[in-house]
Amino acid sequence: MNEYAVTVIGHDRPGIIADVAETLAGLGLNLTDSTMTRLRGHFAMTLVCAGSVSAGDVESALAPLTAGRTLLVTVREVGEDLVEPPRGEHYVLTVHGADRLGIVAALSRTVAAAGGNITDLTTRLAGNLYVVVAEVDAPGAMSDLATAIDRVAGELGVEATLRPAEADLM
Amino acid sequence: MTVLQVVQAPAAVLGTAGKTVDPLAADVVQLATDLVDTMRVSPGCVGLAAPQVGVGAQVFVVDVTGHPKARTVHGTLVLCNARVVEASQWQKGREGCMSVPDLTGDVKRASRLVVAGQLPGTGEEIEITTDAFEARALQHEIDHCSGLLFLDRVAGAHAVYARKVYL
Ligand SMILES: [Zn+2]
Repeated sequence: MNEYAVTVIGHDRPGIIADVAETLAGLGLNLTDSTMTRLRGHFAMTLVCAGSVSAGDVESALAPLTAGRTLLVTVREVGEDLVEPPRGEHYVLTVHGADRLGIVAALSRTVAAAGGNITDLTTRLAGNLYVVVAEVDAPGAMSDLATAIDRVAGELGVEATLRPAEADLM
Repeated sequence: MTVLQVVQAPAAVLGTAGKTVDPLAADVVQLATDLVDTMRVSPGCVGLAAPQVGVGAQVFVVDVTGHPKARTVHGTLVLCNARVVEASQWQKGREGCMSVPDLTGDVKRASRLVVAGQLPGTGEEIEITTDAFEARALQHEIDHCSGLLFLDRVAGAHAVYARKVYL
């Protein structure tokens, strides 16, 4: 069994997901984890699929998608054993403020320096308002990470909030 | 009638905790009246807090009358120096904000709530027990008075949404 990471990025139109999913299914590839969104109107999909075909087969099967030159498709074989157990506690970090260069760079470096791992991230620019929401697994005391983030947020002139993520089971 | 200009994020006043106020002060009573007027003329607006009109003060108004998600409804609520006394039965729900016009977010809020505060004009200390959407609106406005936006409480990386605008 081979596992492939596939990215599809480009001009949005109805039917891209159907085209990709049908092609993969036709190759006997099982779609496992995937995300799709539109980033400022651009179609952006990342997925992992598993099956017994070769990377070349996947690439050539998806090649027609790129024919109109409006979509970029990449296929890369990945190992199956990439799942790392979460480390430490799970937090949600929200940052918002006036758009400026380097907000994500500074905040993510701060998280990394504290041994934290960002497991999910979205950013949005709405007018002049820049919003970052990151889910973070971090070891150690929450207060240490919160203090470091507050300091960097203060330097950037943005508001930052770090909260424990709640996972309610019901 | 005075309709105030609503400020939008990123404005510093929205990220700053409002000062406690004297509910008997004439300017506070006027602010409360203007907040009600501004809420009334704003379509779909169920609440407005002083920081949203550029005033760093703990004053807000809420009115969820007629809202389909409301259960208990107290009509027009105007409170100074409000705080949450009891909160339970947390539920996730979608929120928007006049100060963040382009985005909405999923936020967990208590659906059973007791809030205490003072009435402008008399200074009378009151407690409000409510639920469902009115409870959500109160928590949203109390957050504004503490310098917090719904963005500070969204449930996760995929809990912020572009507000759909259909032309
Ligand atoms: Zn608001």
